[in-house]
Amino acid sequence: METEPHDITKVIYDEMYVAPGEPRVQYRAVYDQITSMEHEDLMLRQQAADQSFLHQGVTFTVYGEDEGTERIFPYDLIPRIVTSDEWATIERGLKQRIYALNLFLHDIYNEGRILADGVVPNELIFTCKHFRREMRGVSVPKDIYVSIVGTDLVRISDGSFAVLEDNLRVPSGVSYMLANRQVMKRVFPKMFANYGVRAIDNYGQVLLSTLRNLAPRRGTEPNIVLLTPGVFNSAYFEHTFLARQMGVELVEGRDLLVHDNIVYTRTTAGLKRVDVIYRRIDDDFIDPLSFRSDTQLGVPGLFNAYRAGNVALANAIGTGIADDKALYAYVPKIIKYYLGEDSILQNIDTYLLDDPGSRNYVLDNLDKLVVKAVGESGGYGMLIGPHSTKAEQEQFRDLILANPRNYIAQPTLALSTAPCLIGREIVSRHVDLRPYVLYGEEITIVPGGLTRVALKEGSLVVNSSQGGGSKDTWVLM
Amino acid sequence: MLSRVAENMYWLSRYLERAEHTSRALNLTLNLILEQRTDEERQWMMRHLMESLFADQLPEGATLYDMTHALAFDRENSASITHCIGRARENARQIREQISSEMWEHLNAMYHRVNQATLDSIWQSQSTHGFFSGVTQGAHLFQGITDSTMSHNEGWYFLQLGRYLERAIYNAHFLDVQFRVLQLSPDYPAIAKDFMKWVGLLKSFTAFESYCKVYSADLRSEQVIEFLLLNAEFPHSIRFSIDNAEQALKAIDRFTETKRAASVTRLIGKLRSDLTFAQIDEVMESTGLSIYLNQLQIECGKVHDAVNRVYISYSVDKALEY
Repeated sequence: METEPHDITKVIYDEMYVAPGEPRVQYRAVYDQITSMEHEDLMLRQQAADQSFLHQGVTFTVYGEDEGTERIFPYDLIPRIVTSDEWATIERGLKQRIYALNLFLHDIYNEGRILADGVVPNELIFTCKHFRREMRGVSVPKDIYVSIVGTDLVRISDGSFAVLEDNLRVPSGVSYMLANRQVMKRVFPKMFANYGVRAIDNYGQVLLSTLRNLAPRRGTEPNIVLLTPGVFNSAYFEHTFLARQMGVELVEGRDLLVHDNIVYTRTTAGLKRVDVIYRRIDDDFIDPLSFRSDTQLGVPGLFNAYRAGNVALANAIGTGIADDKALYAYVPKIIKYYLGEDSILQNIDTYLLDDPGSRNYVLDNLDKLVVKAVGESGGYGMLIGPHSTKAEQEQFRDLILANPRNYIAQPTLALSTAPCLIGREIVSRHVDLRPYVLYGEEITIVPGGLTRVALKEGSLVVNSSQGGGSKDTWVLM
Repeated sequence: MLSRVAENMYWLSRYLERAEHTSRALNLTLNLILEQRTDEERQWMMRHLMESLFADQLPEGATLYDMTHALAFDRENSASITHCIGRARENARQIREQISSEMWEHLNAMYHRVNQATLDSIWQSQSTHGFFSGVTQGAHLFQGITDSTMSHNEGWYFLQLGRYLERAIYNAHFLDVQFRVLQLSPDYPAIAKDFMKWVGLLKSFTAFESYCKVYSADLRSEQVIEFLLLNAEFPHSIRFSIDNAEQALKAIDRFTETKRAASVTRLIGKLRSDLTFAQIDEVMESTGLSIYLNQLQIECGKVHDAVNRVYISYSVDKALEY
């Protein structure tokens, strides 16, 4: 069947091949290596890699099974390559985007100029469940709201990268990026060395200096802690990993207490003042006195200490407003408004469903579109039209009609594919890319990211909670 | 170190020690009961075992099987092996990144082994001895793995503290119940009556061989008591346990340098010096053995409370004073 060359719903860009059996220049050596190897050898290396993950304890917890069940996040041997030109665009685009979104957050929690000027509609902000009234007028260290970001990019038909989601709350997965690289260097040392891949190992240090930059007290070495919901959280491994990488204490809510608006850790040697908290707990659960009270995870009084300027949080509270999926549609306008620039990375067309015209169009085309709940992440609350049943479509129709503001729709993208070793065969699977952005004294993006793979044939869902895997991502020098 | 982490370390080893203790005592009783001819004697032994393990008494007419179930597999029973190992593992799980992976893997494997076993199967195959020895050995192995794979830092000392304090408390109680039962004959040349029970008592502390090396196989009740209570070298004696608990507390004091530690140091120091200088005849005659053992348990409880107050759940105001 003939397709339009740039129909983003049909034309699939392949990461490795220009045409069947014909790899792109940057993949030549990987292609030669893989195709020249005996199958047994490939399998052995895959096993060695899996073993290595298991032994390092690079695992995530599977819910609903026998307690203590841990799985490794499936890892694919064949690297994903990003050329230095492609990376330069990604880097510029992400810096621009995060810079603008941060200005946006500052604006809506202070003067609200962008609302007054009618660029972003008022209702959109005030109807967002991640908007925190409590944050209005609160002064945030260095005016940095989002210190840590993991933006989801996809490569579309024409080979360019587009932003799929801005994750501005508590993005995860960076430990897999780092662990994948460690394993890759062990499994394919020679090929790796010959390629000229940019290093990512300094992520922990950059993260530490990003956090240190937020410390409210000057002149003393800041006490930085990583706040985890605890061992039952599926990303607990990552929390321990990052705490180790940075050499900071891993704490749970019950290890912290607030007295006279100062936050302390309770240690055997007495109370120790805390300056910066890298929190891996959502806003809702962080302080039962200010937000949800039916939780034991957080720290009573933390928000007041924060508001008093005695402790810094990364990320700030209320950043979820800027990664709301409906707000996403306005990001190009937001960039234009604050920076006077056109967006470098493109957005995916998004239908906002409180507009009756768009809504009718979407309801008529549920079998072709992707519908997402605006405040969800991790691949939950989502309908992928072409892969859905009539019953699922009907269910979403009802959901949309009941609460149009809560959903958006986008065309079903043909995500790019990359070859993966699955079972005994090398087959094509859809991938995305999540680079990790750190906003400290300046914005830094370690050259790499987590390439997530939808392991099921034809599937477009790459989330680890939904059966995804990952690849090492090489950014070339 | 975080107070929560210290607390998990402490309870991890207390529970594991308790599981080992139950396992040894139960294994031995099952063995001794084989020698009993009457049902009355058997019931009597069972009651005393339950009492010496701080466990609730079984209903009238309970069988050996019931007792074994209660002490080994009843998760609701806080003295049972499965309960204690489950709690030990739960504490370890909270601090997985603080202990070595070898420790975690061993404890986790032990937990699954105990959990998958059923009393019916070990009862039918008559392999109770193998099962309980396995638990005891597992606990010993954990100790060895801990000593050789974990840094001997503050956390390691909290593990030591938990183990030895638990040992002292349990042993004091256990001995109290057992000595009340065994007739103490003050002017025996040797123990003729109840010989097996005295051997059993020593064996339940894995002390028989060590005892023989010190006093020869000539069992005398006063010597047995002296050995289990006051011997400085035998790792299951109460004195040895308190010596080691004190060492651990001194080390923790060095690590934390908190001024509030004085109350703990004083309590444990007093207890340790008392055991160092105690004479068995004084204990038996002027104080009375039972009173002495009870007093010991109370003192250990005070140490536990003080540790909690100083290192774990101190009040904020107290902590800010210093």
